[in-house]
Amino acid sequence: MKTLRDLFRDYRFCFSFGVLVIILTLAFLSFFSPYDPTLWNAVPRDMKPSVEHWLGTDSNGQDIFWVATFAVRNSLIISLIAALISRVIAILVGMVAGYKGGSTDRVLMFISDSLLVIPLFLIMVMLAMMVREYMNLVVLGVMLAVFGWAWDARTIRSIILSLREREFTQTAVLSGTGTVKLVWNEYMPFATPFVFSTLINNMSWAIGLEITLAFLGLVDLNIPTLGTMLNWAITYQAILLGRWWWVLTPVILALLLFIALYWLSVSISEYLDPRTRIQRVGA
Amino acid sequence: MNMPILRTEKLKAHYVLDMRGTQKVVKAVDEVNLEIYENEVYGIAGESGCGKTTLLKALFAAIEPPLRLIDGKVYYRTNGGETDVTSLSAGEKRELRWEYISYVPQGSMSVLNPVLKLKESYQDFLASHASNRTQEEAREIAKKHIVDLGLPRNILEAYPHQLSGGMRQRVTIALATILRPRIIICDEPTTALDVVVQRGVVQLLKVIQKNLENTIVLVTHDMGVQANIADRVGIMYAGKIVEESTTEKIYGKPFHPYTQYLINSLPKFGDKSVRESAPGSPPSLSNLPSGCSFHPRCPHVMNICTEQTPELIRLESNHRVACWLTGDGENDKDS
Amino acid sequence: MNFVKQYLIPRLIQYVLVIWLGITVVFLIPRITPNDPVMSMIGMMRARGSTLEPGAMDGIIRDLTEMYGLEGSWLDQYWAFWGRLFRGDFGVSFFQFPTSVNQLIATALPWTLGLLLTTLLISWISGNIIGGLAGYYSRKGWSRTLDVFAMVIRPLPYYIFAFTLLLLFAWVVRWFPITGGASMGAIPTFTWAYIKDVLWHAALPALSLTILGWAVNFQIMKLIVQNVNAESFVQYAKMGGVTEDRIVGKYVIRNAMLPQITGLALSLGQIFSGALITEIVFGYPGLGMLLYNSIVRADYNMIMGITLLSIVGISTAILIVDLTYPLFDPRVRYT
Repeated sequence: MKTLRDLFRDYRFCFSFGVLVIILTLAFLSFFSPYDPTLWNAVPRDMKPSVEHWLGTDSNGQDIFWVATFAVRNSLIISLIAALISRVIAILVGMVAGYKGGSTDRVLMFISDSLLVIPLFLIMVMLAMMVREYMNLVVLGVMLAVFGWAWDARTIRSIILSLREREFTQTAVLSGTGTVKLVWNEYMPFATPFVFSTLINNMSWAIGLEITLAFLGLVDLNIPTLGTMLNWAITYQAILLGRWWWVLTPVILALLLFIALYWLSVSISEYLDPRTRIQRVGA
Repeated sequence: MNMPILRTEKLKAHYVLDMRGTQKVVKAVDEVNLEIYENEVYGIAGESGCGKTTLLKALFAAIEPPLRLIDGKVYYRTNGGETDVTSLSAGEKRELRWEYISYVPQGSMSVLNPVLKLKESYQDFLASHASNRTQEEAREIAKKHIVDLGLPRNILEAYPHQLSGGMRQRVTIALATILRPRIIICDEPTTALDVVVQRGVVQLLKVIQKNLENTIVLVTHDMGVQANIADRVGIMYAGKIVEESTTEKIYGKPFHPYTQYLINSLPKFGDKSVRESAPGSPPSLSNLPSGCSFHPRCPHVMNICTEQTPELIRLESNHRVACWLTGDGENDKDS
Repeated sequence: MNFVKQYLIPRLIQYVLVIWLGITVVFLIPRITPNDPVMSMIGMMRARGSTLEPGAMDGIIRDLTEMYGLEGSWLDQYWAFWGRLFRGDFGVSFFQFPTSVNQLIATALPWTLGLLLTTLLISWISGNIIGGLAGYYSRKGWSRTLDVFAMVIRPLPYYIFAFTLLLLFAWVVRWFPITGGASMGAIPTFTWAYIKDVLWHAALPALSLTILGWAVNFQIMKLIVQNVNAESFVQYAKMGGVTEDRIVGKYVIRNAMLPQITGLALSLGQIFSGALITEIVFGYPGLGMLLYNSIVRADYNMIMGITLLSIVGISTAILIVDLTYPLFDPRVRYT
């Protein structure tokens, strides 16, 4: 398609596409893992990378490569849940606030702004401590979702605000279109591209937070994610003991993932923005 | 009155855009030959998107990418000689600006820095010209100019957002004329203003022109304003001048079919007949029709119109037209 | 005055309300989560191997309930909660019994403030200035290179970036210490030796925060400046021959700063969290480490104290930043 071809001109899109293909392949491979990630001592411990164990093994006696596939898969799942749910909330809040205006708008924006201002990290620490036992992928995802919608709700709201003033709105209203139908059919096409790029950003944010919470020990450490892998590595003093393959795997995977997601969202949103799409030819 | 103060020769300025690999060329100014004289108001009229603003930018020698000067020259008459401004350096151009030629842009409403008081903006513009003035002197010059033009005395203490749109327009015009330039280029100075304020702006321009006895090149699609202030009018269509004459002739006996449409669409006192405007819409400047660009909409279209582009020829003294209806080769071509 | 009414008062009301909302949320969390905090506390104590006699259990439950503030109905608790807050009584640390939470925070706070304020200042100012220049000269090579650099750094969360730096500089290349605020056993004095020691230990966390903050500011400012550059008043000033340094300073950057100030206010919460996380990675003895230790030892009172203090502190900081905005934007000062 022409769109894809145009996107591939951007080196950032190429890089992120490549990285994401690798990451998704890893995640997919997890379904074929010869080892159960929850079992310890499946293989000899602390072995360097070799032909048998491509990324070596860790102090729990697990093959790092296969644990990594699960870690990637789970981190992606958590972030997808978080990002999708928070998109839904953001769209609902943004649309209602933008279209209704008045006091509904003010209350919703107040809540949204407060979420931006309050140090969410600390609140999440408190929450995580309280629900520690119930923590699994879905719970963590939902928790992140509840805190992740605020910024984008504001963006969507301003899109709606500007659309509301346009002529086609008045036409639709005058011709009797119901509010919900109006907002959904007419406005969504404008908002969808932004929602998509914020989805990607939100996923990145969610993974970042997941890793941070995991490293603080606030999640279920038995579920392999990028964060829990790192936590285990640190707990077992992998740095001091020079077991670089254990530490570097989650770190490098995480680094690649963050950069890829960010570059993906930037290249897509720059492509969608007509101002940046037309490049200028210098004299 | 015999040598033009501003002259263009075969001026061609196009926008070259790179849209993700494919190039698109917008022929905004496509071979324009103009001669504008001292102490006159020259109006340029035409629909939106015909290239008027680009022509002004070229006249002001403000051609920047993606706008490119493809061909032609622009001459100013300074101190007895002609200067080819298209070949000047940025520094030399800067010297001419504001003292010799200045610009009142479209949307004058928002051309002032919102975080600076007007007096600071004025100082910034003045500072780069004749910098042997002290700040005190500059301030006095600014104040005197403001009062001369009938604006409130201490308006320079205000911030732009505190003024109404019309007032900001007038302040911008004052700013453009503060160094008494020989040529003032105005781009749609009355658009987006209500009628009462429009009159104020037009009056202001008239006063300035009379006092300074200089040249004003005025672009607007509002034919009423043209009639009010212009001495001569050039009609622009699809990047070319298609007719040029005195205001009386243009309004009284327009020759080119497009001009006829323009004039006929104006409401006349007492005439209740239906106003007719040109059918169809103006062509895209990146995809012009062959031959005469107006031929798809022209009621008198002939075969030759679809094949060859008519040149701007002199029909009578002070009246030039670019149309095959003038007859082929019967009159002297303009040099 | 209009300004006070339209800007100041709503802002102050918002300040109070946000703090109220935050504190209420902190109040609600332990009370609406499925776990009974007292019981889970006891569970944790047991897991650590302390044995309890049956009789002592009741006493401990009572004490814990009192410390958690869980006696009485929810409304009673809410009142008591606010009462304690206003008295500045955050209770005692569970772990470092009976040291008060206030005391522990007071010891850690200067470290955090020192780190946070310096890095924030440096990264914000340098990010804005360099980003602004890069946005203005966006075609130059150095601008593009810096952009790529920032592109790589910006998406990284504080934790990962800090950790990567740790790996690089304290492990791969051993230039800096791995943990601590000062060398073991060093006594805080105002000698140059001690200060040097502190700076050496603070170097990595400071570097981490500064670079990350810089990358974000750089990219955002570059984008803003690129937009401001296209604004009419900048174009007009260029046309009018205003000197370039004035354009960059007074026209571009002064206007581009405005959204950055608002942006700073909105991101203070994130920056603060980031600082805490960075401290944890480097074992820097600020609020971050205090938080970490509290998490590990389930010192709930400590965590609550830090959170409440942070909410009030950050909201106040945001209020201050918001109140400086009118100083820069006359449109808000004079409505």
